[in-house]
Amino acid sequence: MSTHASTAQPSYLVDTGARKGLMAWLTTTDHKRIGLLYLYSMITFFFVGVGIGFVMRLVQLTSFQKLITAQTYNALFTVHGVIMIFLFVVPGLPAIFGNFFLPILIGAKDVSFPRLNLASWYFFIAGAILAVLSLFTGGGAPDTGWTFYAPFSLKTGTNVSLAVFAAFVLGFSSMLTGINFITTIHRLRAPGMKWFRMPLFCWALYSTAWIQLLATPIVAITLVLVILERFFGIGIFDPAKGGDPLLYQHLFWIYSHPAVYIMILPAMGAITEILPTFTKRPIFGYKAIAFSSMSIAAVGSLVWAHHMFTSGMSATANMVFSLLTMVVAVPSAIKVFNWVSTLYKGSIDFQPPLLFTLTFIFLFCIGGLTGVMQGALALNIHIHDTYFIVGHFHYVMFGGTGMALFAALLYWFPKMWGKMYSKKAIYASWFPMFIGFNMLYFGMMILGMMGMPRRYYVHLPQFHTMHVVATVGSWLLILGLIMFFGTLLYAIFKGEKAGDNPWGGVTLEWTIPSPPPLENFEEIPTVTHGPYHFEQQEAK
Amino acid sequence: MDWMNQAAISAQKSDAVFFYVFGLSVAFLIFITVLMIYFVVRYNKKRHPKAEQIEGHVGLEIVWTTVPLVLFLSIFYYGWTNYEYMRQAPRDAMAIKVTARQWSWSFEYPNGKQSKVLFAPIGKPMKVEVRSADVVHGFFVPSFRLKIDAVPARANTTWFQATKLGSYDIQCTVICGVDHSLMLSKVIVVPEDEFKAWYFGGEDAPEPGKALRAAEAHPDLKDLPPGLAVLTAKGCLACHSVDGKPKVGPTLKALYGREQQILIAGDYKTITVDDAYLRRSITNPMDQVVRGYPPAMPQTALSEQELNEVVRYIKGL
Repeated sequence: MSTHASTAQPSYLVDTGARKGLMAWLTTTDHKRIGLLYLYSMITFFFVGVGIGFVMRLVQLTSFQKLITAQTYNALFTVHGVIMIFLFVVPGLPAIFGNFFLPILIGAKDVSFPRLNLASWYFFIAGAILAVLSLFTGGGAPDTGWTFYAPFSLKTGTNVSLAVFAAFVLGFSSMLTGINFITTIHRLRAPGMKWFRMPLFCWALYSTAWIQLLATPIVAITLVLVILERFFGIGIFDPAKGGDPLLYQHLFWIYSHPAVYIMILPAMGAITEILPTFTKRPIFGYKAIAFSSMSIAAVGSLVWAHHMFTSGMSATANMVFSLLTMVVAVPSAIKVFNWVSTLYKGSIDFQPPLLFTLTFIFLFCIGGLTGVMQGALALNIHIHDTYFIVGHFHYVMFGGTGMALFAALLYWFPKMWGKMYSKKAIYASWFPMFIGFNMLYFGMMILGMMGMPRRYYVHLPQFHTMHVVATVGSWLLILGLIMFFGTLLYAIFKGEKAGDNPWGGVTLEWTIPSPPPLENFEEIPTVTHGPYHFEQQEAK
Repeated sequence: MDWMNQAAISAQKSDAVFFYVFGLSVAFLIFITVLMIYFVVRYNKKRHPKAEQIEGHVGLEIVWTTVPLVLFLSIFYYGWTNYEYMRQAPRDAMAIKVTARQWSWSFEYPNGKQSKVLFAPIGKPMKVEVRSADVVHGFFVPSFRLKIDAVPARANTTWFQATKLGSYDIQCTVICGVDHSLMLSKVIVVPEDEFKAWYFGGEDAPEPGKALRAAEAHPDLKDLPPGLAVLTAKGCLACHSVDGKPKVGPTLKALYGREQQILIAGDYKTITVDDAYLRRSITNPMDQVVRGYPPAMPQTALSEQELNEVVRYIKGL
């Protein structure tokens, strides 16, 4: 395998078709390029979302309320949620790293439906454009929060219809990607790549794809009903017309709770992929992790109404959903134990991706444990709809999915661009990011315990001190983010050559050149053992 | 104990669960973090150059599946039983009707008395039946750890028994429009005799808890001109001033006869404010939104007489 440096195939970054430059990218069906298209667009949206978050924190200092009115603030948190959820964490790791690495990890040349894959990206961009349009047309930016609860979402004069339609279009992107991945995993595994020889990232993508495929249509239909109700008053959700507002909440959460597993499962998969490489030993409990992904996907579909404990559901429903919520916490705990055990008796090579992986585990534990707190009924009644939820959600989605995305980016960066970043600069960015993160979101959880409701333009005086702490934290966090992405951006252009296998990984992506050639493998590999097989390497 | 301004039995029930889960969580987090750091140091490649190729351990998997499951189920059970207590009001509880509307609260007691803040005698069970006149709101008293959504066309009930005299915030917790964060009120917990004096005291009895409420200006409605009383009771003044100050909506001062641009069916038109315009703006606010203001005003049900009083009052401003 040492001859691949002289491979005849050019890198996927070189234009080989009839079109050149931007057009070559916009019409590509190569899964790696599509992965990068997602990466660039999603990071752009991410920073827009961060910017909005920054402004919201300033408003809570109360010194900027002359510039930002209550109506604008309500639009800001709605748009922040819509962008971060539908344009960043939901497509998240599958759209970027799933597209780029799923085929390589299972020894395939591309996904099953390359053109459908490009179409998914266009659906994604179309949804994003519609979302932006909804801010400036009709009655102005939606002000309902990203949950669009009826009947407020039916009555408000703002442009909810278009924003909701944007989410509907984005749903198609998600579903099509799901279909593509399921088919790819079923049909395109290399010879000898049995189910239990797949890298665990693929298992995570597989469970995620099923949720995307099965749950997204429900929210799509729900959102269409909102639009129909706004235009034609069909009376599904509006009690004034005989509808039921709780029906909306059920339908919304039947998708949106599984959606948080769409957001976190691939992140867990990436973490599972990174750990063996830096401990030089197999993952602890391969099958336990694979099955826990599948059971999270299954049980996670049955817990949606724990978002509605105060809505007036029957006590029996509350009891059942609280119980199931506790059950779904178990597979996540299993994963944490297996990850930590993978460090045991390894030979640990401490590198930036491992730092972000361990940061993920720490922050995800806080996110998970505070989630268990909310599952406990008597406690949920107090912290529901407060800043506690906002803090918890950011621990899971940013501390979890976000940090895992950063870890994956650091891990696969040398493979994707063939360049290496400055490790010192990445370590330097970690400190403000970590400290700022905890000031901001732990501060929010304390505020929530004190009784600060979410989505408040102005707060009562007793909450002010913690709001200041959180706002200062947000500045540190943003500083860390800028340092982090600045370092990576610099490395894309000016980074040193990374080599084909800088971390000493043993999964298939490390057996091909960096950056990978257009068709990944000169010859489809034959797989004879599990994914984290380090003996061979040691024998050399 | 005065943890987080705890002031009702429901708060004690909720906090007990919090301390249980919090204790377990801190123990778990410390355990995991210390273990991670220890392993990273102990098995660093310099100290431990050759990794042991361990694939897993079935016994351990069983242990760390069952132990968390048992702990999580204990959390569920504790949370559930304490919630059962918080949910079921005793038979002798006084039932109070709470009405949420964009963006104010009102309270009605069994004998028909009404108030803008909720009066509660200390140590007595009080049942709250929460309704909404428009969109979904959330009735939240942090010091009581009490929350229940106000859902239109539905009455949700919960109850509390205050353990401490004082004035406690009520906040709305479900986003309900532009003044969501101003949709506040208070629970005023007073001695029982003070409450009874007001409750049984006829129309002229002074509201209880005067000292507690001194800081907050909650005028007695019956002292106001009838039009202003309606505007106050229905929460209009949250967005419209009567003295010319800019708020979320246009001021009502000198509104009558003013020329302004309004959005009708997608076009701006200049109109002069008259009786018909005022009536239509109140009954169907979204039909004609004034230029430069958000389309945020809720529909508020007013009787014909109330509407007349309001229009007469605005004319005189």
